Amino acid sequence: MAEPLLSVRDLVVEFPTRRGTLTAINKVSFDIHPGEVLGVVGESGAGKSLTGAAIIGLLEPPGRIAGGEIRLRGERIDHLTREAMRRIRGKRIGMVFQDPLTSLNPLYTVSQQLTETILTHLPVSRKEARERAIALLDRVGIPAARRRIDDYPHHFSGGMRQRVVIALALAAEPELVIADEPTTALDVSVQAQIIDLIKEICMERGASVMLITHDMGVIAETADRVAVLYAGRLAEIGPVHDVITKAEHPYTKGLMGSIPTLSHDEDRLVQIPGSMPRLTAIPTGCAFNPRCGEAFAKCHVDRPDPIERPDNRQVACWLYEKESAHV
Amino acid sequence: MIAFILRRIVQSILVMLVVALVSFSLFRYVGDPVATMLGQEATLQDRAELRERLGLNDPIVVQFWDFLSRAVTGDFGLSYRLQQPVMELILSRLPATLELALISGIVAFIVGVGLGVYTALNRRGVGSNSIMAVSLIGVSLPTFLIGVLLIWVFAVELQWLPSFGRGETVDLGSWTTGFLTESGRASLVLPVITLGLYQMTLIMRLVRSEMLEVLRTDYIKFARARGLSNRAINFGHALKNTLVPVITIAGLQMGSIIAFAIITETVFQWPGVGALFINSVQFVDVPVMAAYLLLISFIFVVINLIVDLLYYVVDPRLRVDRAAPGH
Amino acid sequence: MNRFARAWDSDVAYSFRHSPVAMVAAIVALTIILSAVLAPWIAPHEPFNPATLNLMDGFTPPGTPNAFTGNTFILGTDDQGRDILSAILYGARISLFVGFAAVVFAMVMGITLGLIAGWRGGWVDSLLMRIADVQMSFPSILIALLIFGVARGFIPQDMREDLAIWVLIVSIGLSDWVPFARVVRGSAMVEKNKEYVQAARVIGVHPTRIVVSHILPNVLGPVLVIATIHLALAIIAEATLSFLGVGVPPTQPSLGTLIRIGQGFLFSGEWWILLFPSVALLALALSVNLLGDWLRDALNPRLR
Repeated sequence: MAEPLLSVRDLVVEFPTRRGTLTAINKVSFDIHPGEVLGVVGESGAGKSLTGAAIIGLLEPPGRIAGGEIRLRGERIDHLTREAMRRIRGKRIGMVFQDPLTSLNPLYTVSQQLTETILTHLPVSRKEARERAIALLDRVGIPAARRRIDDYPHHFSGGMRQRVVIALALAAEPELVIADEPTTALDVSVQAQIIDLIKEICMERGASVMLITHDMGVIAETADRVAVLYAGRLAEIGPVHDVITKAEHPYTKGLMGSIPTLSHDEDRLVQIPGSMPRLTAIPTGCAFNPRCGEAFAKCHVDRPDPIERPDNRQVACWLYEKESAHV
Repeated sequence: MIAFILRRIVQSILVMLVVALVSFSLFRYVGDPVATMLGQEATLQDRAELRERLGLNDPIVVQFWDFLSRAVTGDFGLSYRLQQPVMELILSRLPATLELALISGIVAFIVGVGLGVYTALNRRGVGSNSIMAVSLIGVSLPTFLIGVLLIWVFAVELQWLPSFGRGETVDLGSWTTGFLTESGRASLVLPVITLGLYQMTLIMRLVRSEMLEVLRTDYIKFARARGLSNRAINFGHALKNTLVPVITIAGLQMGSIIAFAIITETVFQWPGVGALFINSVQFVDVPVMAAYLLLISFIFVVINLIVDLLYYVVDPRLRVDRAAPGH
Repeated sequence: MNRFARAWDSDVAYSFRHSPVAMVAAIVALTIILSAVLAPWIAPHEPFNPATLNLMDGFTPPGTPNAFTGNTFILGTDDQGRDILSAILYGARISLFVGFAAVVFAMVMGITLGLIAGWRGGWVDSLLMRIADVQMSFPSILIALLIFGVARGFIPQDMREDLAIWVLIVSIGLSDWVPFARVVRGSAMVEKNKEYVQAARVIGVHPTRIVVSHILPNVLGPVLVIATIHLALAIIAEATLSFLGVGVPPTQPSLGTLIRIGQGFLFSGEWWILLFPSVALLALALSVNLLGDWLRDALNPRLR
């Protein structure tokens, strides 16, 4: 396959605290290819958002990247200077946050926020920037964009504001857009529209998307491939159709079982017993072992690394160790 | 918008009426105006005549109305102590107080905002920590002590600056100013520091905590994700949002500055209304006390009103004149 | 209640042991308070008994023997030959007395009005809170000054000196009740609607009893924090008024009065008359203030 757009290898993110260092992301690796939508799923606290923040270089101190590397078109971006990283943010990697109501500065008009972003990254005049901004707003589906561009964020509804946020993330034509739970804070009725918009507009511009969500349904409809995170580790990654229909990791199976429309047993939803461990109390061996129905002795002792599986899949589970040895 | 302004004006008038009532009660019931004006040797008939002439036999409502109508025209009678019209006394001393208060307010605001921003942006720096520590002492140090210590160091020991009075002033008709002479400006330095220091520490601490709060918001995170420069984020986005609440409080502090001028004026024998008021309290000079009370309340009410309107201008969310939110 | 009190104590005690600032502040404050209380027994001289003063001792610099009498004073003497250290001890006594009394006054008034406002609600509440709002929009020192001036007007001339301290206490107290009233009102309004209070009312428990046994314990913490911080403010307010010459009478000088007197000798070079009372006032106000800050944080773990 061609060179990946983004390549994350053995990423480790740590939070030094008074009671010792917490490892929030532990040796996570994945690639995002040009023009691809990678879904990242997991429960809250699994490290989805932190992965996004680490890639774009916006980990909140004292969080830091403690190991591994992140490459954008083969070039390392995890240890760039602050200024060099700033030039990448917005220009090459755009980001859409969860809550459109708080993502926009209430004291600046939409036009001010858009043109300032465009002027920061692109060599255009103020006037051109404004025209571009209007075109962008129009493209993300703001009616009467030319008239509404000078409105303040509070003049827009939540869904409209998320469209503005998307316009802002795409203002400088980034190659990768990280969308962190872009619809969680929105009305159910507009969620699908926003997801469709993100996908459509990114495909049209050839941008890849890293779609972070806890909603498997959204992933199923939107993503090309999906990465499942559990307790800061990668559980499984592969083409979205395969993972959904033939989940291999016991955690992923449980996750699929908990989605109404995907559940094989139509009568009741399967629930995974217990809850994800806190970062302070991750068990030795596989992090999922206390909740896993198929765990055996090895799972309690050694941590499984992702194992290559057929069809371009990887799964971090000892169940597949022998099987893959046979392959 | 107009309804809002009208409501605030009505409220202000109500407050002024209450203050006028207090002021009137002072006039009417504190001490015996007749005895004070005539002295101990007056005959009973003199007293009765004066009572009649002063309208002290009228119904109380009529007396209050008289008091109000005279107060509106600036007629507060004669000072018991100085035997001069109160309004004349106050007007001759008002420029000194207003010049002092205005310069102190401006200095306190500029330095306070500057240091607040500095300490917020360099939160863990040595400079910030020492500024914060010193500011704690600044808050605990009584205003008069600051003045006395400044006089000791800069007037007595170093002999750099004058320790009392306004220096030479220039008479501009109804206004005397100390700005136009060197000794006038030199005389301002120590009183301005004394009066402004407390407000400055207050504004600084407020700016710091507000700014730290703002820097944690989503829209600042999103601004970083858009790759805006630190300059644009800190001094465009963060500072503007910080200043909205700060302007309100700083505006209200302006009233406090005029009130605290009483202390500074006493320390530096500054010929302003504050020193006049202190003398009137010492000598129970009721007309001056009553007039000062009304004057200072009026200033407070006007400042409150202006601050409210300013808030309205600065924060677009409060302006509802534009189109209502819609999709 | 008892268990609650113990847990509360131990938490606060824990935070105290881990805050060097609080410990130093407590030691400084306690030292000043104790020596002020014990002034008549530990002060080297009786500064306000004219019989014991020797004018020849006047203007003795600190720690050096007087040129005429050979007497040595640790912190020197003023123009009257008064020992500055003794004057500070007696002055701190007055400052602390006025400060404590004013805060107690403000506290009792604030708690009472706050309870009435919160418990009764309706127009009583609106009226009290409106007054509080108006009062809060003026600096308290200005309010205290005004009340002081008005009160003096009502008191006959010959009694003004004798009553000055009490007038001062009432003025500072009256200017300071609002924060107490607000916190108590808030708590009273919340508790009033709780089921156990409703139940107690139904079975006919007297409101006073409900208030004393259920509402007051809840506001003890915040009230204590406000009281501590406002003790520092009251001490400063007293010093300020006395410095302005409208506080305690010159016959009973507080720290503020001593600073006022000391300012007069700055230009003639007798700096110690000013400096030592200033340091004492600053140490007292700062230590009480820091204690108040620490207490607020200790009782409010959320804020840390």
